Amino acid sequence: MTAMVEISHLTKHFGAFTAVDDVSFKVNKGEVLGFLGPNGAGKSTTMKMITGFLTPDAGTVTVGGDNIANSPVAVKSRIGYLPEGAPLYSDMTPEKFLHFVAEIRGMRGTEKARRVDEVIQKVNLESVVYKPIETLSKGFKRRVGLAQAIIHDPVILILDEPTDGLDPNQKHEVRSLIQSMASEKVIILSTHILEEVDAVCTRAMIIANGKLLADGTPASLAAKSPLHNSVEITIRTDNPDPVNRELEQLNGIKSVEKFKTTDGCVSFRVYSSTEQTPISLVNQLAHDKDWKVENLHVETGRMDDVFRSITTQQKTTQQKVAS
Amino acid sequence: MANIWVIFKRELAGYFTTPIAYIFIIIFIFLSGIFAFYIGNFFDRGQADLTPFFSFHPWLYLFLIPALAMRLWAEERKGGTIELLLTMPITMPQAVLGKFLAAWAFTAIALALTFPIWISVNYLGEPDNGIILAGYLGSLLMAGAFLAIGSCVSALTRNQVIAFVVSAVICLMFVLSGFPLVLDFFSIWAPEFIVTAISSFSFLTHFEAMSKGVIDLRDIIYFVSLISFWLFANAVLIEYKKAD
Repeated sequence: MTAMVEISHLTKHFGAFTAVDDVSFKVNKGEVLGFLGPNGAGKSTTMKMITGFLTPDAGTVTVGGDNIANSPVAVKSRIGYLPEGAPLYSDMTPEKFLHFVAEIRGMRGTEKARRVDEVIQKVNLESVVYKPIETLSKGFKRRVGLAQAIIHDPVILILDEPTDGLDPNQKHEVRSLIQSMASEKVIILSTHILEEVDAVCTRAMIIANGKLLADGTPASLAAKSPLHNSVEITIRTDNPDPVNRELEQLNGIKSVEKFKTTDGCVSFRVYSSTEQTPISLVNQLAHDKDWKVENLHVETGRMDDVFRSITTQQKTTQQKVAS
Repeated sequence: MANIWVIFKRELAGYFTTPIAYIFIIIFIFLSGIFAFYIGNFFDRGQADLTPFFSFHPWLYLFLIPALAMRLWAEERKGGTIELLLTMPITMPQAVLGKFLAAWAFTAIALALTFPIWISVNYLGEPDNGIILAGYLGSLLMAGAFLAIGSCVSALTRNQVIAFVVSAVICLMFVLSGFPLVLDFFSIWAPEFIVTAISSFSFLTHFEAMSKGVIDLRDIIYFVSLISFWLFANAVLIEYKKAD
């Protein structure tokens, strides 16, 4: 089966600045792909090229078998797009605006009315459909933007920072909406909120300075963290030094780090020298020594650590090359 | 065609959801009346025609049409909706034409609403209504040319004030190039064919004949090709400047 979205060697310059630098990837149905990256990394530019707004300087975008350079209208009709900041015709009402989008997407008559009603219900816009968009709150505006993106039930949904600037409840709503559509679509979204990737994405890509730096499941990316598989243990004690020594003497331990002391409790992080997590060893030891364990768990790794190390690593190597 | 119609409807309705439409129409009717009656001496001339009414249209359009056209693309840029519009399954010519035709239809509405002056002149005397119709047609064509310039300039910037000023200046050049004062300046030193070339580019030259009832195919071709040229440039400019 061919991939729904296939990007190869995509490149875009703005003057001397390279916004997207030779990016290639494929996405299939059922995948929710998260673009991660610092501001100005090239996430939005990549999306603008996939949606046909910008023309790439080099490389191709193929959506559902059609090359966007040859059949832009066919490609655009398969895509639903929420641009960054959800721009909307602010003097229209959501109802008029959605009818406009439905018409331009080729719907007419009862089909159009049915689809408009459906999306209004799906994103909970009922209470504001007759108010001018400019008077709506940010959350409602974002929902109108989402509604126009899904009105034609597109196979491919591209969302540029869909939850940016929303409050936690609104974020949760948008994420549930994305998850509810995930199985039957290709969804590509960009974000710089890392928890979001864990919450909705099946696959994550880290982009910085226009380059694709990492590609994998959120778990596999998190596993690149140095913290991955380490054990965190918190013990109630006044004298942490012997505990530290005991932990260090365990088999297969690379190092032990005492990282927090609060209210008579001391927290250690135990790093394994192998692939295996040392939790059972630590647990056994704690049991044998009768330590008062307050907390004991395996660290799965943190996306933000990985993100920071990958994106800053690249910056320093670049600086070295430059100097 | 269907897509042009969808964009056309949205744009035209857009004029009427804001006060722009009403202010524009009222000012247009009010000023065209004032110019015709006071400056053009509509009554004192004692002639049953609308020449004083039409002769001020180029000057009215000079600042009213750029004001109407300045938002066409600059507003889309400013609001970011250009990204929304151009990622819909439509082509660039459809987007440009839909917007242009809506603005043109709107000026047609404003122009049609000056009908009381036509009724007046029919009440007062026996004008040649064919000439008046030709005048309206010429005025509408000229408005289209002004609009095409305004639409193209509007595509270059996200700032509506800049769009207004620049297109007003370009329109002014197209009007002035047929003005006797400007032509005299050139005729002193320039060879005849240059003077003719300059004056042939003028709105005034082509509009005057039509407002006197002479529908010459060359005048119609002039306005239509001018509109086509500026709209083509409009589409090309957006294509190249989408990213800024």
